[in-house]
Amino acid sequence: MKLLELLGYYNYWVFAIALVIGLYAVISKTNLIKKLIGLSIFQSAVFLMYITMDKVEGGTAPIIKAGVEDQIYSNPLPQVLILTAIVVGVSTLALGLAIVVRVNERYGTIEESEILESD
Amino acid sequence: MIFVFSLFLLSLLIIVAIAIVQAKNLFVSVMLLSIFSLLMATNFFILDAADVALTEAAVGAGITTVIFLSALALTAQRERKVVGGRNIALIAVAVLASLIIYATFEKPRLGDPNAPVHQHVAPWYLEKTPEYIDIPNIVTAVLSSYRGYDTLGEVFVVFTACIGVLFILGAKPASLRGERNAERAGLRHHLIPQVVGRLLVPFIVLFGLYVQFHGEYGPGGGFQAGAIIATGVILYALLEGEAAALRAIPRSVLLGLVVGGALLFGGVGVVCMLMGGAFLDYSVLQSDPVWGQQLGIVIIEAGVGMAVCGALLSIFHAFAAREIAQ
Repeated sequence: MKLLELLGYYNYWVFAIALVIGLYAVISKTNLIKKLIGLSIFQSAVFLMYITMDKVEGGTAPIIKAGVEDQIYSNPLPQVLILTAIVVGVSTLALGLAIVVRVNERYGTIEESEILESD
Repeated sequence: MIFVFSLFLLSLLIIVAIAIVQAKNLFVSVMLLSIFSLLMATNFFILDAADVALTEAAVGAGITTVIFLSALALTAQRERKVVGGRNIALIAVAVLASLIIYATFEKPRLGDPNAPVHQHVAPWYLEKTPEYIDIPNIVTAVLSSYRGYDTLGEVFVVFTACIGVLFILGAKPASLRGERNAERAGLRHHLIPQVVGRLLVPFIVLFGLYVQFHGEYGPGGGFQAGAIIATGVILYALLEGEAAALRAIPRSVLLGLVVGGALLFGGVGVVCMLMGGAFLDYSVLQSDPVWGQQLGIVIIEAGVGMAVCGALLSIFHAFAAREIAQ
């Protein structure tokens, strides 16, 4: 396999590594905010995978230019899915943080281990 | 050249992600997360996703950071040291990473025009949009017309999340009921952020409105515009204090925007049905189906912009009000 071909997969590898970094934070950290940060990284990695799939070689953003023939456009569909997912992501993240804030008011800590101990 | 730049940005993304997880100070983590989002937005832009890059920059780097910081102000700044369990987690994620990387060799190469994802409906969207809807930005066309159901669902998710945050944070803490220090100073005593910020706020809001109304012709649309306008108002709130921002746009107006935006979107769908079409089939709105589609898209984009802007600002104010109460 040629070097350039290998590099064509680089986006997917970055997706894989960023995904597991996020997952690592979710499963190994006990701080609830850190877990949510990990979840954000995980989510961003998935976005990167979708957007990587939309690219077409020699293509441009799918906004049609009048009078230009034979222009290749990248795939608009993954972009639509991810565009809405980003905004939904921040709303659900805010919901998670709101719950963390209430947990902190009730238990005085946001460390999972201490919360489990005090229960 | 752009290839090398892309490699550099992607490698930086990994380094920043590791730094985010490693940092013990949560404030540092959140600031790095903002940088992570900005890098991600740049990558999206290189991959031809202008609309997504705009959204990620406004939402990820802007609003997510502010919401995280508001939550940090209400909880703890530093993370306790974790004891045990680290190695098992490391092994588990390493195995998962190698499995995913192994699987990527089966995937079509980046930019391959023959990849399965480019064979299904996407060519049809690219080919038929000029004929059926006749707006240049295909992402907006797919978002608001072809996949209108999907977008309606997403708007309702944002709406529900906003209501959820208001319910969870709306109840006043029992110990501090009634004691509210309404006039918070904001950054009023910091001259430079004040001067620069004041200059920026009107332009941010103006740019948001441009993105809203130019969304059919260039990158943009309701989601991006809502997020950008919310960023402008949040900047105002940070500079002038919470109370000043609420005087400019009261809570009732924000809730009206959220409910009104969602209702406007659904209402257009119902009007389409009353005029003899299917739900969210805008072709029947005007005698010329293409004009009908365009009218429908402009209205529902406005609805999306209102709902997103109102929801994000309500969420911000819910966190900020809690901070004052404590």
